[in-house]
Formats: sequence, C-alpha cells, structure tokens
Amino acid sequence: MSETITLEVLRYNPETDSEPHFQSFVVPYHEDWVVLDALNHVKDHIDSTLSYRWSCHMAVCGSCGLIINGEPKLGCHAFVRDYRGGVIKIEPLDHFPIERDLVIVMDDFIEKLSSVKPYVIVKEEKPVSEGEYIQTPAQLKVFKQYTQCINCMLCYAACPQYAMNEGFVGPAALALAHRYNMDSRDCGKDERAEVVASNEGIWECTFVGACSEVCPKHVDPAAAIQQTKIAASLDWFKALLLPGGKK
Amino acid sequence: MDVIVTDVAIVGAGGAGLRAAIAAAQSDPSLNIALISKVYPMRSHTVAAEGGAAGVIKDNDSLDNHFNDTVTGGDWLSDQDAVEMFVNTAPKELLQMEHWGCPWSREPDGKVAVRPFGGMKIERTWYAADKTGFHMLHTLFQTSIQFPSIKRFDEYYSTELLVEDGRCIGVVAIEMRSGRMVAFHAKSVIIATGGAGRIFPFTTNGAVKTGDGMAMAYRAGVPLKDMEFIQYHPTGLPGTGILITEGSRGEGGILVNKDGYRYLQDYNLGPPDPWPRKKAMELGPRDRLSQAFWHEQQKGRTIKTAYGDVVYLDIRHLGEAKINERLPMVRELASSYIGVDPVYEPIPVRPVVHYTMGGIHTDINAATPMPGLYAAGECACVSINGANRLGSNSLAEILVFGAIAGRNAAAFAKANPLGSPTLAAQATDAAQGRVRELFLRTGGTETISGLRKEMNDAMESGAGIYRTEQTLQDTCRVLADLRARFGKVQLEDRSNVFNTDLLQALELGSMLDVAQAMAHSALLRKESRGSHQRLDFPARDDVTFLQHSLATFGGAAEPAISYADVVITKSKPAERVYGGPAT
Repeated sequence: MSETITLEVLRYNPETDSEPHFQSFVVPYHEDWVVLDALNHVKDHIDSTLSYRWSCHMAVCGSCGLIINGEPKLGCHAFVRDYRGGVIKIEPLDHFPIERDLVIVMDDFIEKLSSVKPYVIVKEEKPVSEGEYIQTPAQLKVFKQYTQCINCMLCYAACPQYAMNEGFVGPAALALAHRYNMDSRDCGKDERAEVVASNEGIWECTFVGACSEVCPKHVDPAAAIQQTKIAASLDWFKALLLPGGKK
Repeated sequence: MDVIVTDVAIVGAGGAGLRAAIAAAQSDPSLNIALISKVYPMRSHTVAAEGGAAGVIKDNDSLDNHFNDTVTGGDWLSDQDAVEMFVNTAPKELLQMEHWGCPWSREPDGKVAVRPFGGMKIERTWYAADKTGFHMLHTLFQTSIQFPSIKRFDEYYSTELLVEDGRCIGVVAIEMRSGRMVAFHAKSVIIATGGAGRIFPFTTNGAVKTGDGMAMAYRAGVPLKDMEFIQYHPTGLPGTGILITEGSRGEGGILVNKDGYRYLQDYNLGPPDPWPRKKAMELGPRDRLSQAFWHEQQKGRTIKTAYGDVVYLDIRHLGEAKINERLPMVRELASSYIGVDPVYEPIPVRPVVHYTMGGIHTDINAATPMPGLYAAGECACVSINGANRLGSNSLAEILVFGAIAGRNAAAFAKANPLGSPTLAAQATDAAQGRVRELFLRTGGTETISGLRKEMNDAMESGAGIYRTEQTLQDTCRVLADLRARFGKVQLEDRSNVFNTDLLQALELGSMLDVAQAMAHSALLRKESRGSHQRLDFPARDDVTFLQHSLATFGGAAEPAISYADVVITKSKPAERVYGGPAT
C-alpha cells in the first residue's frame, strides 16, 4: 500500500454537537500536497460533510487560515511533507467562535477592520481630471509593506492580547490604519486616532510580536503598531508643548 | 422565509461588484444597496490577478492604439463601439483607483509606472508589482466601507433571480451561517460573479469561480454570449495551475522548449531578436502562445513531467534585484509550490484555463436584455474581448463596466417601483422548494465529486485548445448525460450551518448548465477564431461567423444557439499579424 498520513480534524456541528471533537482521516501522502489538498481529498472522497473555507490555493485570498499542529498557518501554504511520519492536527483559528468545523465566525474581525477608517481621507477632493497624485518610489516604500495584508487573521489567532481582551482592535486592523496614515495621499491620521490611539488600540499591544512571526505575507503588524505608538506620542507632546502645535 | 427590500441588489463582491456598489452609492446616497456574495469581498478571485490593468496614460501612447490592439487581439469579434468607450474610460477609472489609494508602482519621478503586455503595441499596463488584482480588490473593498448605504451580505449564496413579466425584481439567496433562505426584493439587480474556469480540471481559477451568476441569468432566459471562447493562459505552474503572470514576459522573460529553443519564432511570432519587442514572440497574445505550446507538444519538443508536459519560462537574466522589485510573487509562488527559484532556474509552465471571454449578454450600458438586470466583469460579455482577451484588459474592464452597471442600475431603481411582493414571495417559496428537494433527497446514487470529475474531463478532452466536430459532440453527449444524472445527486450533509455539501451541489448544477452552453456554442462555430480553434475548420470565416453566438437555456434539453451581429465601426476585419511585420 502506498504511503498515507493521518489528519486529526476538529469537528463541530452546532446543531448536533454539544462540544467540538476530533475526527481522524487517513489520506494518501503526496510530496507536493498542501494541507488544503488533504482536506479537499477528505471532502471529495471520504466525508463530504467537512466544512472549511478556501478559494485561491495560492496564498493570496486569505480564506484558509487554520491552526495546524498548534501553529496558525494558511492551509494552502502548509506542506504535508513537513509533517511526514506524524499526525497533522487541524483546528479552526484560535480566539474566534467556531461556526462549524474549521469555519470561524469572523464578524468581530470585519468590524475591527472597518473601525479604523481604512480608506484615503483627504481635506479637499482632487478631481480625477487633474491626474494622479505624485508619489515617489521612496514614499510608496514607507507604507507598501503594510498593504500586503490578506486578512487571513492568523495574527489574531496568535495574539495573546486579543485572547485576553476581545475589545483589542488587533494587529491587522492597526497595521491597516498605519498603512493609510503613512500614505502620502492621505490626511486622515487624526480621524483614525480616535480608534487607533484609544484604550483598545495601540496601547493594548504589549509587543509580544507573535503577530509578525505568523504573518504569511511579512506585513510585520508589530512594527506598524510600534511606529504608530511613536507617532502618537510625538503628536501628544506637540499638542502639550506647542500652543496650536497639533496639526 | 425572510424578505429584504432594497433598491439595488448586487450579486458578487469582487472588483466589478464593489466598483458597481460604489458607483451606485455615489450616484444617489439615498439608495439602499445590498452587496451580496458567497464569500467575503477580499476572497473574490480578483485577488489573484497579477500583472496589471491597461489604460492609456503616457504621451507616447494613444486611445487609438489601445483600441486597435484590443480589436486585433479579439480577432475582430469585439463590439467596436464598446471597445472605444472602454479605452476612453479606462484611464479615468485607473486614476480614480489611484485617488482611492491603490499602491500603483511608480516611476522615479512619482508618476504611475506602466509595463508592456502581450498583444499591446505600447506599454500601457499599470501595475502594483505583480499583485495588481490583490491591491485593486483591497482598495475597492476598503473604499466601499465609507459608504453607509452599501450594506454587505457576506456569505450569502444566490440561487436564482426573481422575475415578474420579464423584469428582474430581485434575487433569492441562502444565508450560509444559518441555512435560511432570503429574498432580496430589489428594483434592479447587478450580477458580478466572475467566470467559470472551475468547469475545467486545470485552471488558474479559485474554487469560487463556478459560473453561478451566468447560470442564474441563463436559467432566467437571458442568453449567454460567445461562450465557446475560453482563454488558456500560456504560463501556469504544472500540478496546481497557479498563474505565473504575463508581466514576467512583459519584463523580458522568454519561453523555451526542451532544446532551449525559443519556439515561438516557428509560429509567426518571430524573429526572436531584438528582444524584448512588443507584439512579438513572448509578447504575442495568449491564444497564439497557448496554441504554439500545443504544436510543440505534438512535435515532441516539450518536457515531460509528472503533471503533464511543460516548457520553460526563463526570467533569470532579469537578475535578482529586478525580480524582487517587479515580480516578487512569481518568485514566491514558484519557490513555494514547485521548489524552483526563478532567480536561478527556469520555471516549468504549461497552458491553463484562465478566463471566459463569453458571458451574460450585455450591451454597452452593462444592461442585459431583461429590464432591471445588469451584469459586469468576467460573468458578462459586452463584448470588448471578442475571441481572445488581451492580458490586463480585464482589470480595467471590471472598473469601467462595474461603474457603468452601478450607475445604470441606480438610475433604473430610481425610475421604477418595486415589483410585486406577492409574486416575489411565491417565487422565493418555489426557489426554497427546489433547494429543499436537493437537501432532503434520499436514495440518490450520484456524488458531487464524481460528476464534477466527469465534467472536468469531458471539457478538457473535447473543448480544449484545439477542438473538432467529433470531440465536441462527445463532450456534448457526456454533458447531457451528466445533467440528467445531476438529478440523482445525493448529499450527505443535513446541517443548516455552513453546509458546503449543499453549496457544492448547487455550484455543480451551475457549472453543468454553463458548460453545456460552452460546448454547444463551440460545436456550431465551424471556423477558427481567437481562442476557438477547430482542427476541422482551421480558417476564420467572416462570411458566416463574424457573429456573436447566443446560447438560450433549453431547460432539460439542449440550449438553442442563435447569432447576433458584431458592431464594426472603424476597424475592418483583417489578418491578425504579430511578430516581424507587426513591430
């Protein structure tokens, strides 16, 4: 018989189960399979009731965030070969309610993302007929890294602060606010500060840095939060020390 | 059954749907807009587009150039009034994206940068490194958040349109977290659900691209236009079908066969030098490049792998710095998924199903023949893409026609009352009944994955890059059989909560109907044009087939295929020339 590998998958059907439980599936081992391929094999050939989210299979749509052997990872970017000879334990993302099996309820994340006003805010609208804003490669580089977030929520699943306080705005949303704050076309920093610099915002972060470690796109939300803290402190000093100094 | 009353209902929240929602919200802030999607907006497949979006912005270019490239690229099947409007509007839409914060790559002086793309005479493709679709989608999604009149219904799967006396009055959907069915009773409806690449086994398309919106419109009596035209992208990774952007050739990448030979010079695309050179060799159009691969394969000059034959895409000469700046995702994807670092090794690639040129029959106003129903993006066929879309026109198209659909659906909603609530309720009950029959069925003998595989295989073997009467007839026969057997599909999952077994069954039903429109349209087009190549009819036939095909749903029977004139304004059909004479 050809080689196989065992998946231990968390199952939970809110209509019939009082508690989540694990179910084992034995699937063929393929050197180039990702964990998502293994789940698709289960869905197509063993148990079609298994529920999980996925779409692009190329680590850009952000759908398939999972806890794989204890670590937050994208199912389409975790290779089965890295677990060869062992068992692959697959759970839904931590710190979110389970909707069904590996599907989490992501309302809170969507709300947090929206709360930071993640769009360009200008003082005066520039008509499209006047052409583009000039933005040099150096100005682009200042925020480009923070545009790379795919909203996979691995950082929320890794964040100890979000685990303790679900009011915390959290890594991805704060990094997104920072992305717009640093964009040369934007003037919305003060409006965003209401949420970003609130009690549930940047000051809640204790700089553990787990978010940046698990980020599959190297966004480094922890750095975004630290940079925002420094900028907010400077604003506070300016406001305190200079009459009318706050811009 | 719940009823949500709204002014405009939009199905699909990818690039076209989001752009439509913003346009509708801006045209009248008092309108209620329901943005309905089976996935959260940022999961939509716009996210996977890489290379860029075309729009004339530089002084060395002209709208006429973009027009001519697009019409030639489409093998004269594009409607030229629509192409003209498209090329005129694309730069404004791309600038609007810039104002909304899209992180376009820049020239040293801070102006937007452009890169060359296949079949384009001059570099005019705006790009955000090689994640253009990702950045456009997130920019649109984030921008949409500031409009309070856009109410999102994320993870609602739409099953059918509500129609009263030939007018669209809404759409029925399943709320995935509860399983409850909801009627969106709307004054106008926009479909923006993307393409249907998952009908084929080997595709760049994500799991969501199952042609649901096309099938909804088709079943409601709206024709599907030019469905025989399916684009194979020449450079997908073997095994997964992951897209390696045309931008890699735009930046100077070359394609070689097993002998290290730039084989495209043998297919009217040469001479190979000087390189890079626009509209030649690796910067030829996608249909010609994918067809050239097929011929190389016939000649035994491709490389055999466990995942089928490949050729090599070589970008090593660009150097690490340029690859990291312009093509970081290509490097990441090739390294992760096939263990090839393109800085040091050529990337194995093969043609892969990428795009449906055809779609819901729409006009230049994004309107379908059904009053109150609009469509935009890959699910629609205006047609600007004709028989072969040029790379980077589709990201511009979702903006141009998404915005038009949004504005026109808003205007329709202001000018017309809601349809009959009684009829909407009755139709929703009937829709619910159809879903419940599938959900509760017992004794079914067919599986979703089994039927899907047979459909995939039949489409690849019979309706691929090259087709014949015989292969297409075989495919049509298999599809008829599969559609009959679909009535015996057995679900295992009886849960109301996030039931993907049910959704996959519904998606399969959509794909089978759309596949049948593709195969029958292809069977009757007895000529070769653009992406539709018939070995038994190798020439283009403008006398008979300078026509759009229109597939009309036939219920359990086959679709009826009719034809409509192509709009020709200023470019008379001529020979498509690439390579030496064109450059």
